[in-house]
Amino acid sequence: MERIDIGLTVNGVRHERQVEPRRLLSDFLREDLGLTGTHVGCEHGVCGACTVLLDGDSARSCLTFAVQCDGASVRTVEGLGAPGALHPLQESFRRHHALQCGFCTPGMLMTALDLLAKYPLATDDEIREGLSGNLCRCTGYVNIVNAIRETAAARGDDTG
Amino acid sequence: MSKNTPAGMAEAPRPGIVGARVQRREDPRLLTGRGSYTDDRKAAGAVHVAFCRSDRAHARIAGIDIAEAQQAPGVLGVFTAADIDAVARPIRATSNMPDYRATEFVPLARGKVRHVGEPVAAVVAENRYLAEDAAALVSVDYDPLPDAADPEAALEDRVLLHEEAGTNLIAAREFARGDVDAVMADAALVVEDRFRIRRKTPAAIENRCYLAEFDAGRQALTLHGTTQVPGLLRDALAEIFDLPGHRLRVVAPDVGGGFGAKASLYPEEVVVCALAMRLGRPVKWTGDRMEDLTATSQAFDEIVRAKLAFDADGRFLALEADVIGDIGAYSIYPWTASLEPVQVVSFLPGPYRIANYRGRVRAVATSKAPTGPYRGVGRPVSTFVMERLVDMAARRLDMDPAELRVRNLVRDEEFPYKSGSGIVWDRAGFQDCLRVTLDRFGYAERRAEQAAARERGRLVGIGIASYAELTGIGSRISAAPGMPINTGTERATIEIDSTGAVTAAFGIASHGQGLETTLAQIVAEELGVRVEDVGIVHGDSAAVAHSTGTYASRSTVLAGGAATLSARSLRAQVVKAASHLLEAAETDIEMRDGVVSVAGTDASITLRELARAFYTEMRRIPKEARESLDLSASATYDPFFGTTTAATHIAEVEIDPQTFGVAVRRYVVAEDCGRIVNPMIVDGQVHGGVAQGIGAALLEEVVHDDSGQLLTGSFVDYVVPSAAEIPDIDAAHLDTESPSTLGGYRGMGEGGTIGAPAAVANAVADALSGMDIQINELPVTPERLFRLIRPDL
Ligand code: FES
Ligand code: FES
Repeated sequence: MERIDIGLTVNGVRHERQVEPRRLLSDFLREDLGLTGTHVGCEHGVCGACTVLLDGDSARSCLTFAVQCDGASVRTVEGLGAPGALHPLQESFRRHHALQCGFCTPGMLMTALDLLAKYPLATDDEIREGLSGNLCRCTGYVNIVNAIRETAAARGDDTG
Repeated sequence: MSKNTPAGMAEAPRPGIVGARVQRREDPRLLTGRGSYTDDRKAAGAVHVAFCRSDRAHARIAGIDIAEAQQAPGVLGVFTAADIDAVARPIRATSNMPDYRATEFVPLARGKVRHVGEPVAAVVAENRYLAEDAAALVSVDYDPLPDAADPEAALEDRVLLHEEAGTNLIAAREFARGDVDAVMADAALVVEDRFRIRRKTPAAIENRCYLAEFDAGRQALTLHGTTQVPGLLRDALAEIFDLPGHRLRVVAPDVGGGFGAKASLYPEEVVVCALAMRLGRPVKWTGDRMEDLTATSQAFDEIVRAKLAFDADGRFLALEADVIGDIGAYSIYPWTASLEPVQVVSFLPGPYRIANYRGRVRAVATSKAPTGPYRGVGRPVSTFVMERLVDMAARRLDMDPAELRVRNLVRDEEFPYKSGSGIVWDRAGFQDCLRVTLDRFGYAERRAEQAAARERGRLVGIGIASYAELTGIGSRISAAPGMPINTGTERATIEIDSTGAVTAAFGIASHGQGLETTLAQIVAEELGVRVEDVGIVHGDSAAVAHSTGTYASRSTVLAGGAATLSARSLRAQVVKAASHLLEAAETDIEMRDGVVSVAGTDASITLRELARAFYTEMRRIPKEARESLDLSASATYDPFFGTTTAATHIAEVEIDPQTFGVAVRRYVVAEDCGRIVNPMIVDGQVHGGVAQGIGAALLEEVVHDDSGQLLTGSFVDYVVPSAAEIPDIDAAHLDTESPSTLGGYRGMGEGGTIGAPAAVANAVADALSGMDIQINELPVTPERLFRLIRPDL
């Protein structure tokens, strides 16, 4: 199958690659770049596990072709904190026990970052509505909402 | 959260590490995308398998044409039943339960297919895209067989799914105590109904994925996979491939949720292993969501006719139930098809005092995905039925449903209490759970608010559900009826190595429960070191000699017990070594935070120094003493019977009269889950379980048409609750130590899912109590409610 040249920035690092037109961004990140923090739970756009930031907006990498990202800037969970130096949102998730198996977590974090950047998140209903495109089967969402509520209240500090 | 504090019994502060809200050690890697799930693993030279799966529910395979697929780009081979059967010995889920018929285990379909999604052929190619392309080119010629999807029709045996069984009735059982017929006939009051829970699927967010690697030089096979039961799988694969355990290893790395779905032996596991050995290259299968929804084990599919007799004071007199369990196409290995439906009749009497009981169950094969364990196993169904009957009885008596429960829940002084099905409840807070839940919920005020809201025409309802379950089951009882596999023990090995580091190894497999943290807490407390000093190895069949895995709310009780025993014996060794090194009597040696010292003196030694003295400074401990010592200890724990876990749930719902959508507004749980290792993790387990139970009550339903064709093959059709459908959940813990387990722990991973469907169903029924309708089928989707409320339309 023919391949197409693309160039994109992922977590601040420039990558030039040749990809098949049908290659999903999720597979490109996971297989070609080895960034396996982005997870795939449904490959049909419902679970949100694969959420990344594409030019600053949350996007489902399982519904995005890598070729669509030519020239784009992508941020994945690996672009937040590191195990010894967590991002404040990650800290808050840990403190509130907002993850169990951790499979939905990267998508939750990227969605939450997008919500925190754009919306007041003044009520729990607003947080829950904002998260409704991300499925978690472990936590019952209670502690995820708690973690985001606290982070939203502390905004003004570095949450981006 | 401050509101999730212990409640009920005395709140004696426990100063130790056990009971502390310790931050999870799993989190830093999982939060930063540095976890290692099976699909994250790369193996040099790995090839990928894609399955051609049946699109028929019941058909004979007239022919399979693989020629075109074999020619497709990147394809290494296309394999069918004969290829796998040539190297894989047959295995069956046997049971010594009478009236049980094992079905064959079928890696790739042999001659016929029995459900949509059954694997028929395996295509191996250089990558997943090419494998899936080629799988689409396999052409299967099917001769249709008659429909076999309806469980009640299947009982008539006009169409057989497994011809060699001679019947579709795979298992049958009856429990009886007392003269139920006579008591029913004499009873003043009886309520009865036909209940149905529609089929669910566990739907862990990580799909199933397996990677098999065969080292031809050592003739050794390693399977990395999304499994809760690495030890159990190792033992099964050892039988199938005739390999000794030292050449066969099953590893569960980070696993993205299980809920029972990853606790059985699957065809895909056998196929990737067989193909890795045949091809001499690592073989990986990454399942997608459609494959999960068609071919992962499903659950909670029962029709229950049930009847409760009681007197004018509301005393329960007799209970009777007839259960038909739709078990799907195969009796799953190793649990068997009786696992779920038999539990329904075993647990139906619940936490109540009921002298007379008869429960009969028939498990019937149908052309759907096999059923298997799913969080709660049988008890979400039994609790739904029993708790509906209790509320129906309360209504008949015009008594508050809470009061009726107070009158019938087993009281503290009655423990141990033997239920009508023979289950023995050890001491647990049945009445306390109810009392604490009602308190936390503010029951009286909320009832008053509800009355006011109803005056204004709002459909607000409150529902209670109480239940009891057995957890931490030991060797005396099998986790599944009559299953000839020991699920009653777990083993731990704890070592101090030559650097002084402590490593505790287990066979259980954490997949979200945080066992790396909670087991480290138990080891740290028992040994006298800091939590961060304890390394935990788990999820690896090579870690200990025998283990089954993590399921059935057992890991804290069983692995925690094994950790306690081995830590105690290791501590005794450390004390002996230290008594030589510090020249003090053993009785004077103390160990705290990893420092060994002589009481009342400043003489002390760190574990690192002690290990160096023991392993390398060979003169420091006399030879005879050294040879009698070992800085390593193994122990196996068997709770023998197990213990009781109980809870009461209460839900408040409001129904939208326009859309018939049910919103859960408030939710409170009080649970007696024994001594708590980590309250943060316990809360999380309750929240997650309740959310799954709310999903089971309101949204989730695996739908087949009459022919057995699956209509819910995506997350658009199989609706898992999102944050918008789940309320805040208030969880209270009684924290009463179990009298029956080492450490006083009780298992608590499943309870949320057991209580929630019943509590929500009762709340919906309560909201609609002004109308003449019955809530006897779950989920109560808007469509189902609409049909109930407006049968005229
Ligand atoms: S994997 Fe992309 S939304 Fe589920
Ligand atoms: S933490 Fe397991 S799916 Fe969210």
